[in-house]
This record gives sequence, structure tokens and C-alpha cells, in this order.
Amino acid sequence: MHLRGTGTLITGASRGLGAALARRLAQKGARLVLVARETAPLDRLVEEIRAGGGEAYALAADVGDKGAIYPLAGAASALVGPLGLVVHNASTLGPLPMPPLLDTACEDLEQVLAVNLVGPFRLTKALAGAMALHGRGLFVFLSSDAATNAYPNWGAYGVSKAALDQLARVWAAELEGTGVRTLVVDPGEMDTKMHADALPEADPATLARPDEVAARLVALIEDESLPSGARVEAQRAAPAGASP
Amino acid sequence: MRPARWPRDGHERLLCVDPAAGSFFDEGLGRLPALLRPGDLVVVNDAATLPASLRGRTPGGAPLELRLLGRGEGGLFRAVAFGEGDWRTPTERRPAPPLLAPGVRITFSTAEPAPWPSAPLVARVERVSELSPRLVELRFEAEGAALWRALYAAGSPVQYSYLEGPLALWHVQTGYASRPWAAEGPSAGFALRWRVLSALARRGVRLAPLTHAAGLSSSGDEALDAALPLPERYDIPERTARLVAETRRAGGRVVAVGTTVVRALEGSAASADGAPHGGEGVTDLKLGPGSRPRVVDGLLTGLHEPGSSHFSLLEAFAPAPLVLAALEHAREAGYEGHEFGDVGLVLGGIAAEAAAA
Repeated sequence: MHLRGTGTLITGASRGLGAALARRLAQKGARLVLVARETAPLDRLVEEIRAGGGEAYALAADVGDKGAIYPLAGAASALVGPLGLVVHNASTLGPLPMPPLLDTACEDLEQVLAVNLVGPFRLTKALAGAMALHGRGLFVFLSSDAATNAYPNWGAYGVSKAALDQLARVWAAELEGTGVRTLVVDPGEMDTKMHADALPEADPATLARPDEVAARLVALIEDESLPSGARVEAQRAAPAGASP
Repeated sequence: MRPARWPRDGHERLLCVDPAAGSFFDEGLGRLPALLRPGDLVVVNDAATLPASLRGRTPGGAPLELRLLGRGEGGLFRAVAFGEGDWRTPTERRPAPPLLAPGVRITFSTAEPAPWPSAPLVARVERVSELSPRLVELRFEAEGAALWRALYAAGSPVQYSYLEGPLALWHVQTGYASRPWAAEGPSAGFALRWRVLSALARRGVRLAPLTHAAGLSSSGDEALDAALPLPERYDIPERTARLVAETRRAGGRVVAVGTTVVRALEGSAASADGAPHGGEGVTDLKLGPGSRPRVVDGLLTGLHEPGSSHFSLLEAFAPAPLVLAALEHAREAGYEGHEFGDVGLVLGGIAAEAAAA
């Protein structure tokens, strides 16, 4: 997808991979709406991007909250015009330390699904129709290897990501021929707060930096040859420009 | 015709009026693809519906409701003031609002529950219209993201007293809503679910959007109601303008979904060389009996009462006696009208399509 001037919405944008991706997309000339629950880090990132000559707006909201979805879609479209790119990056692990399923409260599973699955469904539903009529759009769903492997204690999160993968595939099938594509990206292990929350004993030096993964993600977004609904492991995919 | 009292989940009836055959007949909306031909073009209004109804107080404490009409010149918003009352009070029975003069500062209250935290929305009256003391131009104190945060935290969609309950923002969006430009929903498109839109595309009917800032249907002020619709802003994508031209050249029909699409396409065509062109514009075009649409062949529309500005626009597409007879039939046959009701298709040639299908 051509990024210059493209109205772009990124959830979970205040830190980690979301923030790194926002910085890189701003450098490419995308017009950004950044979404996260906490206002202060989001506002700081918007100031930083603007100081660097980029365009960004902050909308603090919880993507797990049904009432926030149409306000998000409307305000974002008012600020940067009809959206062309949406990156569903926000997600929650649920209660920490992550419990086995036998200790997982039903309400906690519901909350993880609300943020990681139902929120992206609602936001896609609110935005994909306009993109289909305009003949252009891309939804990127950030997934995890916990979607395809059964790791103990990753139940709620893993279930939400497995369902998200399938959601992206069905969207791709239903939107075929409209010019709107979906992409599932497993970013791999990164040195982020989320990783530290999940696995506090891991050595950060062994983990990828979010900015490196964000660079790969930008290359995947720009690559129009990837089939809609494809699932890509960002840290395994060949670097941009390299032959297979 | 009785109004539909709540948003539906499909199964709309389709009142078909064929001015070429001089006839009308009943169908279901699911039959729309069979009534159109490959090469026809359906144009929709992709404006999202604003949370246009704002409740506030003047510095003297007088309560009022302001309904936004949309963004005007220089970052100002046009709005119509109403007196106290909630969605159960019909617009025409509202008390008059407090008199608004330039400089008056209005603080709006936050809706419950708010979609997100926000500072209160505050506006200052910049101008009062000569048309009516209730039509004003406002400048909001916030701008950019802060403005939109505060607007969505304070506003709710314009309500209708004949409905079963208050509407949420998601009840008044089409399945293809984009920028929030519409004071009231482009309601002819509420019935167009993607099941139907996809079937149209499979049939070879092309779909294209434009954005039109649909205004209020009723202001509660006779002088103002008589002047509706006020000049409205539109934006036609280059691709849509090109598809309209290609369709007409190839002998296809251009079908507008809703009167706002007619106004945008015909307004754009009138301001140029007879063909709509890409880009933004403002139209004060009023179509009625005797006007000849230049680019739009037919109209998919909600069902509204004779006497409305909406009804006179229909008369540009079909003779009044035929439309009146069709509406009388619809009333007797139990069709439901207004924003969430059944729909009508006024287009030459559909009687033959229906017989062939």
C-alpha cells in the first residue's frame, strides 16, 4: 500500500511496537490517528511525531468498549479523511501473572476477548464498508505464536489470537474483489512491556527491538503482492527487497 | 403512512415506480439486483451521521438543544437551536430556545455514558442568521482531536419522537459510513446491507460513493422549514465522477441512493458543463416538478409524505399523480415510512426487468 497521505489508524499506539510503527509510518508520510487507553504517553508521542514533521492525532479510548467504536471511526475519519490503513495492535494478556485455564475467571476471559477480538471486529465492521466502496484499504491484525501453539498459561490470550487469525481470514474472503485486504502478522518476541509482563525472567538482550520489527511491518504493509488474508511471521519474513 | 418505529434487521419492502411504464408494483429489497442491469451505477452517500444533538446552557443558565447542521466556512459550524425537551417531544411542540446573540458562550453537557473522557465542549455564537433567530453559526473553543473528542463525548444522534426509544450512534450509520458530515443519517442507505450491495456487484452493477452533508429534516420553525434544504456541502471522488461519465456514455443508468446523492450529482453537473466533476462543492439546488435531472436516471429512497421537500424532489423523476397513487397503495398495503422503514425505487424500465426476471 502506498503510504504517503494515507489516513491510518493504529490501536495500542502509546508504546512498544505500536509506537515504533507510528514513528515509521509518520516518516513515510501517513496521516496518523493514534489510539490507546492512556492519554499522557499518547500525547507525548503525537508531539514527538509533529516535531519531526509528521501528522498525528491522539484519541484515547478503550477498543474493548462498544461505545467507543463509532466515535473512534467518526473522529478518525474527520481528522485524517477516509481511512486506508488500520493496524489492530492493541491487546491485553489479562490478569498477571498469566493463570492456567483452571484458574481463569470467566469474566477475565470475556475481557481478553472484548479487547483482542471483539474490538477489532467492531472497528473493522465500522470502517471496511467505506473502504470497499472507495476500492482501497488494508487491515493489519497483530497476532502471536500463541495463536498456533498451545502454551500453558497463555489460554485466554492464545484463544483470542487464534480467533483473531480466523476473523482476518474470513474478512479477506468476504472482501475479495473490493480492493480491501487483510494481513495477519506475528511480530515474534520483542523487548516490550507486554513481553516483560508475560515472561519477566526473559533476558531483553535476546529479544528483537520493536523498531526493527516495525521496519519489517512497514515493508509488509507496502508489499501489495501479499495475498489478502495471509499470515506472516515478521521476524522470519525475508527483508524487503531481498530475493527469496 | 405509519412510520417504522425502530431500526430493522433486513426484510424491507421495495415499492417500485416505473415512470416509463406509468406503473407501480411491490417487491422486496432483496430483488433490487434483478431490477437493475449490468452496467448500471448505484451512487451512495457515505457521510457518517454526526452526534449532532448537543445539550447545553447559556451563561444565564437557560437550557437549550443545538443541532449541528455541519461544518461551514472558516471552521464555523452551523446549528439550529431548540428549547428544552427530550426525544419524546415532537420538534414542532418544543418551546422556543433562549435568544442567542453573537458572543454568547454555550457550555454543553457530556452524554451518559460518555464514549471516552473529555474536557467539556464549549462554543461561542459568531453569527445569527437573517432567516431565523434559531439558525446560528458557532465556533468551538477546541480544535483538532480535542474538538472531536469533546463533540463525541457531548453529542448524541438527532432523535425522532415516533420511535420506540432513543437512538445510539450505531443505529444511524449506513454500512459504508466514512467522514461524519451528516446532521441526520443518509437514511435511504440504512436498508442497503452488504448482502444486497455484494449481490449488486456480482450482477455487474457498479457502486460508487460520494459524501454529502445531509442537513436537518425539520427545524421547528416555519420560516426555516420553508427554506430547507439549506445549501449543503458535498465531495465527489474523481473515480465516482469518472464512473458516472462512463456509465452514461455506455447507456447504463445512474441510480442515486437518497435525495442527497441527487442534489450532489445534479448540483455538481449544474455548476459545470452538465456532467458532475470530482472535488468539493456546495449546492443550493432544489429539484421539483418540471426540473429535468441531467445525470441521475432514478432514485432509491425512503418513503415520505406528500408535501415534504423530499416529495417534490421525487416529482422530478415521476409524474405527481403516479407517485401519489403509489404512495396511497403503499399506505393501504401497510408499508412503513420514514428513516427506518421500507424503501422505494423510482426508475424507468424496472417494470420490464421485473417481468423478465
